[in-house]
Amino acid sequence: MNDSVQATAPFIEIDAELCKGCKLCIGVCPKGVIDISEKLNGSSYHPAYYLGRDCTGCALCFYACPEPAAIKVVKP
Amino acid sequence: MSRKFMKGNDAIVVGALQAGCRAYYGYPITPASEIAHAAALHFPALGGTFIQAESEVSAINMVYGTAGMGIRTMTASSSPGFSLKQEGLSYIAGSELPCVVVNVMRGGPGLGNIAPEQGDYFQITKGGGHGNYRLIALAPNCAQEMCDLTVLAFDLADKYRNPVCIAADGFTGQMMEPVTVPAARPVPFDHTSWCVRGDAATHRNLISSIYLESADLERHNLKLDEKYRRIARDEVRCEEYQVEDADLIVVAFGIVSRIVYSTVDQARARGWKVGLLRPITLWPFPSARIAELSRRDVRFLSAELNTGQMVEDVRLAVEGRAPVHFYGRCGGMVPGAEELLAEYGKILEGGRS
Amino acid sequence: MKITEKPVAFYPEFERKSGPHKETTHYCPGCGHGNVHKMIAEAMVDLGINERTVFISPVGCSVFGYYYFDCGHMQAAHGRAPAVATGIKRANPEAIVISYQGDGDLAAIGTAETLHAANRGENITVFFVNNAIYGMTGGQMAPTTLIGQKTATTPRGRLEAQHGNPICMAEIIATLPATTYVERVAIGDSKHIMKARKAIRKALTNQVENRGYSFVEILSTCPTGWKMDGPDARDWLVEEMTKVFPLGVFKDESDHREGAWHRPVEPFAPAKRDAYLGAGEAEAKAEKLPLPAELHCKFAGFGGQGVLTLGLFLAQVGMRAGLHASWIPSYGPEMRGGTANCSVNLSERRIGSPLVDRPNLLVVMNQPSLEAFAGEVVEGGIVIVDTSVVENCPGLPGRRVVRIPATGIADEVGTPKVANVVLLGAICAATGAFPLAFVEQSLRETVKKKDLVDLNLAALRRGHEHVLGAV
Repeated sequence: MNDSVQATAPFIEIDAELCKGCKLCIGVCPKGVIDISEKLNGSSYHPAYYLGRDCTGCALCFYACPEPAAIKVVKP
Repeated sequence: MSRKFMKGNDAIVVGALQAGCRAYYGYPITPASEIAHAAALHFPALGGTFIQAESEVSAINMVYGTAGMGIRTMTASSSPGFSLKQEGLSYIAGSELPCVVVNVMRGGPGLGNIAPEQGDYFQITKGGGHGNYRLIALAPNCAQEMCDLTVLAFDLADKYRNPVCIAADGFTGQMMEPVTVPAARPVPFDHTSWCVRGDAATHRNLISSIYLESADLERHNLKLDEKYRRIARDEVRCEEYQVEDADLIVVAFGIVSRIVYSTVDQARARGWKVGLLRPITLWPFPSARIAELSRRDVRFLSAELNTGQMVEDVRLAVEGRAPVHFYGRCGGMVPGAEELLAEYGKILEGGRS
Repeated sequence: MKITEKPVAFYPEFERKSGPHKETTHYCPGCGHGNVHKMIAEAMVDLGINERTVFISPVGCSVFGYYYFDCGHMQAAHGRAPAVATGIKRANPEAIVISYQGDGDLAAIGTAETLHAANRGENITVFFVNNAIYGMTGGQMAPTTLIGQKTATTPRGRLEAQHGNPICMAEIIATLPATTYVERVAIGDSKHIMKARKAIRKALTNQVENRGYSFVEILSTCPTGWKMDGPDARDWLVEEMTKVFPLGVFKDESDHREGAWHRPVEPFAPAKRDAYLGAGEAEAKAEKLPLPAELHCKFAGFGGQGVLTLGLFLAQVGMRAGLHASWIPSYGPEMRGGTANCSVNLSERRIGSPLVDRPNLLVVMNQPSLEAFAGEVVEGGIVIVDTSVVENCPGLPGRRVVRIPATGIADEVGTPKVANVVLLGAICAATGAFPLAFVEQSLRETVKKKDLVDLNLAALRRGHEHVLGAV
């Protein structure tokens, strides 16, 4: 996870426990940098996760995601 | 104080205005329409709101919205329209919102006719809509009471956060009598703790009647029930005339109580000790007083404009201790004094023979 | 640095929601409601309105809207949200009112409320989430279900001949002149979503600026009800739903309606109401005139002759005299023979029945009334007959019959319309109940058009004189 305050590249944070695995973020991501985890979360969903690079901070995934707090987009 | 000669229906609007009612929502129906006419004239003139709603259903839901803001509001209709309001009343009672609903009863069932009846007694006093709830029901019998009980209705509604019904009939609505206009006084309730006004002070509040968990809904129902018990204990109102020594106590409300009142002295002139007990609150019903009066050698007669509804509550109160008779007319037919006197004679003298 | 995250108009934790998960919604995976909620919350923050917003939750999957938004909430009965919204907005026009409704709520059970709130131009914002199915109750047909679409209640697919067609609400709403802004958007691909975000913001901005009624129909997905996964549902929405429900702006008059739909109200001012209704005014000195005998009167004639007004005049004279008074018009089955009649009681004691079965004063202005009511008059009672109209007026044993050509006299005075006032004069003379001067003063106070006062007074005196002269 990229939690550095000094990050210079845009990134997203996906809270695996709040994700319901609907895959909508994957479909809208223009860079294809989100994928579905093989692991199950506490609610028995396969959550999405960020591949860790090439995010442009476009936030389309945030608006495509139906959950209020599952995705956070940071654009330095 | 100034007395004005006015219709009972107009007196309701005067009472509502002086009680601080700020919004009226209604749909036209005979014989309640004068209430909407007067409201349409007066509410906007005083900076209030009048809307002729697209339906009775919408009218009661507009009331729900305004009542949810802790603002005094009302609607009025007659029997078929009152039926349509039942869904809204259930939600209003379930959400514990204060409001006043007038039913100027007419003949039923179905379309019936526009003549006076008291056939909605069950609907008003036993629920009407779905679920466990009660309406406080006030039954005026003159134009002054149409005004004064409307003021009381708003106070009771606020005090208990419950809808209050003015159970009038076509006669009390259409009749004109002198009315002393009461002085308006500030509304002595602050609803900030629960209402939703669309401001910072109330933005964390919720108006709702949904309790998804069974235990929560049971708790809510028990809380309502506790409230209804308090109302039943504290808010019973009735009027008595010559009941203390009566051999026959006639129980009647609304227009019928006026006719019975006329007959009491006439009956006594004939040697029949007749008295009148008039429930002013139909719910809560004056059961305790009737029970008390039934503990001696006495008979009861429930006189109503229906085929026998309030008589069931009289019987429940009497619990078999005394005979309970019924006399009713319906469809707009109203018993005359002679007709009632004949009935008293049958009960009192027929009973001895 | 720009951070895009959960808008603060959402509660930090969804404490009203039951169960352990207080940070996620109750919606199924891939459901469009969450997207719409997020965009509304974001617009609330940007416009700074969440504390003055009242969000109305409908019946349907979004019934729990109050779990999420940090604003005032009212939950409404199925379909009634626009009526509830009206009751809120009219009572406090400063509140921002959101009516959030699904397709069953808005376009089936609540169609009347929807259309009429729009038709009144309520200054509210309606978000219509159209997912072509009933989600919460288990996937039944919605009014917007597509032709051929299988649901629990259209197991063979929706058929036009059987179930009618999907209803296009945005198009219908846009035909109503009082509406300001109507657009249909979709939670489809990214472009759609960003357009929806803009429309939601505009619809709320319109309300803040009092531009009037805004309606945003949002095509949305129900993966569970449609039996699809999230991405397939979005594809189906884009490919199938948009064919039946074309996207776009159907009406936009936002630009020239700023402030036009603000409907101000005033707080309750007791003094103003007292002044308006004349409460607390000193009463005109009541003269407390004794009444020789209680009067139980019936007034009957053709409609239009003024019999009801005559009864009213007499009742008001009685009220001014400090008496108990009641007036009740013929009503219901009492109305017979095409006549109008009313009952008036005047008494020094409380009046029991306002109805008069056995009058001691009957005033009739037509033949059928005489025939209908003469037999009911008590012995010793008075019957006053307008002989200008009633041709056949026999004597009545034990009753005093007073014959007066009232309509003829009125015509001589100026107009037959004051025949009832001629009769009022006759009543005073025949009963001796009220001195003429007292009734004259009452008439001066009662007659609204001041130029008619003299005419009425003349009629009154002529009626009075006629009866006295005849004695």
